[in-house]
Amino acid sequence: MGLGMQSSLRPGAVIGVAVYVAVLFVLVPWAIAASGRTDLYYTLTSVALLSIASAGVWLTFFIGRINIGQGAFSLAGGYVSAILVARAGLSFWLALPLAGLFCAAVSVLVGLPILRLRGVYFAMVTLVLTEVARLLALALPITNGAKGMVSLPLPGGVKLLGVTLIPDFATLATPNRAFYFLSVALMSLCFAAMYRLVHSRIGRLCRSLQQNEELASSIGVNIASLRVLAYSISSFFGGVGGAIFVAVSQSIYPSSFTVNDSVNFMLNCFLGGLGYVFGPMLGTLVLYFGWDLLFQTGRFQLLIFSSILIALMLALPNGLLSLRPFGWRRG
Amino acid sequence: MAELLEIRGLTKRFGGLVAVNDVSFKVREGEILSIIGPNGAGKSTLFKLIASFLRPSAGEVWFRGKRISGLSPHRAARLGVVRTFQETTIFRGMTVHENVVIAHHLRSRASLFGFYLGTARARADEAEFARSAEEIIRFLGLGDMRDHLASTLPHGHLRALGIAIGLATAPAVLLLDEPFAGMNHDETMRAVELVRAVRERGVTLLLVEHDMPAVMRISDRIVVLNFGSKIAEGAPAEIQQNARVIEAYLGSEDESIGL
Repeated sequence: MGLGMQSSLRPGAVIGVAVYVAVLFVLVPWAIAASGRTDLYYTLTSVALLSIASAGVWLTFFIGRINIGQGAFSLAGGYVSAILVARAGLSFWLALPLAGLFCAAVSVLVGLPILRLRGVYFAMVTLVLTEVARLLALALPITNGAKGMVSLPLPGGVKLLGVTLIPDFATLATPNRAFYFLSVALMSLCFAAMYRLVHSRIGRLCRSLQQNEELASSIGVNIASLRVLAYSISSFFGGVGGAIFVAVSQSIYPSSFTVNDSVNFMLNCFLGGLGYVFGPMLGTLVLYFGWDLLFQTGRFQLLIFSSILIALMLALPNGLLSLRPFGWRRG
Repeated sequence: MAELLEIRGLTKRFGGLVAVNDVSFKVREGEILSIIGPNGAGKSTLFKLIASFLRPSAGEVWFRGKRISGLSPHRAARLGVVRTFQETTIFRGMTVHENVVIAHHLRSRASLFGFYLGTARARADEAEFARSAEEIIRFLGLGDMRDHLASTLPHGHLRALGIAIGLATAPAVLLLDEPFAGMNHDETMRAVELVRAVRERGVTLLLVEHDMPAVMRISDRIVVLNFGSKIAEGAPAEIQQNARVIEAYLGSEDESIGL
């Protein structure tokens, strides 16, 4: 009920953040080192990056739009950073925000006309968007078509006044661990930014938009620009997630992000809970590991996986976080 | 009294249908003006045109020397022309208080980014909105419902909440779409008093309404539409005597115009 100012200082929230930081930045690396399962770094990096992209999708849900087009922006962000790094010789650390900004700019152009659509119509158009991005990647000369772009360099170092801020990833013994820290740090940043957004007046305006656009505009809310703002932040997240993904795998193909990924981003949000900022983070984690855990079931994997998902959505229509595992209040 | 709003030759066609046909009238500052007419006379369309929810096919709406027809609704609202809705349109998933607080949006002095960062000005805005919302909620008799979810409110209170949302925008002109619809006699009389009280706050009121006794009671002036055209304009007593108005309501004339 209180205004955002006080709620951010609740003791429960401080403990929550401390536990979160301790687990992700201390406990997980320690457990991985102790068990020798360094492959988990790659897995967890993927989860972090996918949850950044899913966070973007969640934000479009927040303004009342079903977004099945995030794959397009992840793909675009990946290609932009790959091209900037490989062809223009730009530092990855510059290419990364540029990839996000490129996606945000594209989403403004695309969003202005299509955000007028609602419900299933918007969903369909965004679905097509993913396919358009894939076909563009196949057709444009700069993306190298179906062969994709491979052997991309690892992110270089950053030095300021002789002090190494970020080491050259190529000189590291375990670049995967570095990518893990990078991705988790960025994920934390994105979710923190989104949390603040949702709990600020902008968030309340977005909710007003979600609940009744006509009334929102009659109380003076510029609904068109608010929608575009939310969508461009969403796409920025998608682009940044895609760009790091490409840096991790050092390659990108038109099939790197497909309609399947777009759908998964959306499912992550459903599973975690549309009413909770951290829903997409939990949803991505559960969905990713859930899928992997079912690997032993062989050809029944998809069947079992889908059945469980359907059952979960029926039992918990508001997502896993509606169980309030940490006593969280509805955000 | 000065003119606040001027409607000049407003026309709206939907395909072959002329919903509003060359309607002109003026709204004076501080008055309560009702637009009446039989079903399908084009009242609601005229309302949407005035609040810029529809673009006119021809004609213009002027507000304080500015043309507002053709602007987007949020721009018209920013200038002070605010519409409430026929269907009890509210933010259903918010509490009464949250509904009214969010409706203060136009009074923000801080930018959106300022609200994001939580600057001093943004916090001052938030505090002022919360205070003003309390006042409006009490003014409209919603004090007991303050923390109720809007979707759980009974009918009459929903209407009041709609007006509260409108008032929160600090409008110069408030357009009320059928504020008395679905109310019994007592509720209507209370609502009439409420609308008068709103006018006492310095708000000019434009009503679309079916409830003739209420309209006759509350209005300073009345504009009558039939088949999209204005057929009469004047004080309630004049309208009740007007031959064309009686003809338009023929069949149930006596009762429906309150004679």
